Amino acid sequence: MPDPSLRSQVEDFLYQDAALLDEWRLDDWLALFTADCSYVVPTTDLPEGDPTRHAVFIDDNYERLVGRVTRLKSRHAHREYPYSRTRRLVANVRITRESPEEVDVQASFVIYRVRSGDMAPYVGHYELTLARSEGGFKFRKRRAVLDMETLQEHGAVSIIL
Amino acid sequence: MDVHNIVMDDPERGIFRVHRSALTSDEVFELEQRRIFDHSWLYFAHESELRNPGDYRRRTIAGRPMFIVRGKDGEVRAFLNTCTHRGALVCRHDEGTAESFQCFYHGWTFNNRGELAGLPGSDAYAEAFDRRELGLKPVPRLESYRGMYFVSMDPGIPDLVTYLGGLRHYIDLTMDSAEALGGWEVVAGTAKFTIKANWKLIVENSLDAYHLPTVHQTYVDYMDTRLEAVGASRMQMQSRLSGQSNGVSYPRGHGGFLHFAPGRTIANLSPLWSESAQTEVTRIREELIQRYGVERGSEMADRSRHLLIFPNLLFQDSHTGFRFRQIWPVSPSELRVEQYDLVPRDEQPELRSYRLEWSRAFLGPGGLATPDDVEALESCQKGYGARELEWNDLSRGMHRQPLASDEVQIRGFWRQWHYLLGGRPAGSEAGDRPPAPVPVHA
Repeated sequence: MPDPSLRSQVEDFLYQDAALLDEWRLDDWLALFTADCSYVVPTTDLPEGDPTRHAVFIDDNYERLVGRVTRLKSRHAHREYPYSRTRRLVANVRITRESPEEVDVQASFVIYRVRSGDMAPYVGHYELTLARSEGGFKFRKRRAVLDMETLQEHGAVSIIL
Repeated sequence: MDVHNIVMDDPERGIFRVHRSALTSDEVFELEQRRIFDHSWLYFAHESELRNPGDYRRRTIAGRPMFIVRGKDGEVRAFLNTCTHRGALVCRHDEGTAESFQCFYHGWTFNNRGELAGLPGSDAYAEAFDRRELGLKPVPRLESYRGMYFVSMDPGIPDLVTYLGGLRHYIDLTMDSAEALGGWEVVAGTAKFTIKANWKLIVENSLDAYHLPTVHQTYVDYMDTRLEAVGASRMQMQSRLSGQSNGVSYPRGHGGFLHFAPGRTIANLSPLWSESAQTEVTRIREELIQRYGVERGSEMADRSRHLLIFPNLLFQDSHTGFRFRQIWPVSPSELRVEQYDLVPRDEQPELRSYRLEWSRAFLGPGGLATPDDVEALESCQKGYGARELEWNDLSRGMHRQPLASDEVQIRGFWRQWHYLLGGRPAGSEAGDRPPAPVPVHA
């Protein structure tokens, strides 16, 4: 039987993650990742997409994630300059595996992106592996799987999911 | 604006302009559907998606629901995806393998050659009811070139080889380059995204090397950071787009730009790759030169090709991988993109992962570059709301042998577009000459 407080600890961590991204505090957000992390977003037509075999939207390791954050902080990341407004709702959090080192988590998300007269929601779920670290967690694996059939309203995945 | 005057083409003065109603008007949009999309060869699928009998792909082509399938007899056919009885879609998945397609409405069943094989209660029909007449309706024309299947709604359109014309030189370079690696195959995972802009803006954008250093500065910065981390020199986008580059324009609106690019998995080294990857790329390059000669082999290996197969297929073979990017008009101010990456079937796994990494890094909707193109195109479309400013300018490089960062390839597209819409016959300019000799990098 898992520690009953574990889920609320994980939820607190995910709420912190959502707040940092919604507030565009990207350097603080980057500190939530381990050095051996991965951040993957499969294409909408292949939710099971595996970056080693398939084309995906995003397949970042730590180095590439730093590159993504550096870009988003630039005035020349035109799709996100000025920044869009985002609002992230994270729910249905489930612990699917637990060990002394790691916790696997599934959660649903809706992320609204508002900019230039449009509002488009990214709907999907997270498949996460959290590394237990001093005083909390860090993302080791962050996979954001979208439910939309295409990026019909979005044009791009220009924000972090 | 009268469609005859919608393009201002004055090679003598070196001025080329397009009236912005070409990008905003409902009337022009309707004309394009009838005169361009109903009378062109339109890409449908790649042979690697249809390897075995029964393999099919369902796609919407020029607004029509269609599917393409390899029959039990081995032949590939393209059908309108609508039951000959009352109209429901008979193929209801985007891809798969099937011996037959049963309409779920009344149960009419078509085999994978399109014949009406069975229907419930066939005794209810008179003698004149001939099921041989009620097979699925084939798309009027279907032809393939180098593994690419195209369809046309125009039964009288010239054959595909004639249609592609001189552009085949570049298509062949890319297709030949992977022959020794098992040929190209489409990799699963399609980027499908919509942009709130006229479809011709992304055609222009995909043929436009002029915007690369400005719109994509963050990408260049990222590349420079990665290159400097391994002690290599910076990317030098500007010089890359001038010295060994050029734009080309062919009859029927095809064209593109070509430039020297390091870091092509076929087959040009990148300092970002491991030693074993460098060894493999060197081997591939040597093999190409042995097989095809120095001139052709090194052109395959060293130069990136960003091509348009008129009207709506971008054929991009660059350091960011090889892909087909197909553009569909949705409305005067909305377009849809379907983007398919291709990989050499027997590519070494390490090189495959580099190829996919750089494809995503740049040209996907989650990459470091494409989102900014989306922003630029939507920004242009919004700008056209200021109707008092009527013309876009595309005169760049009209007075010289065009560089990749000039606009000859974009003018070639517009001239054919204008011709098909009923404007003046496609003109020519100094730039429509054969490309400059290919530099050889030993």
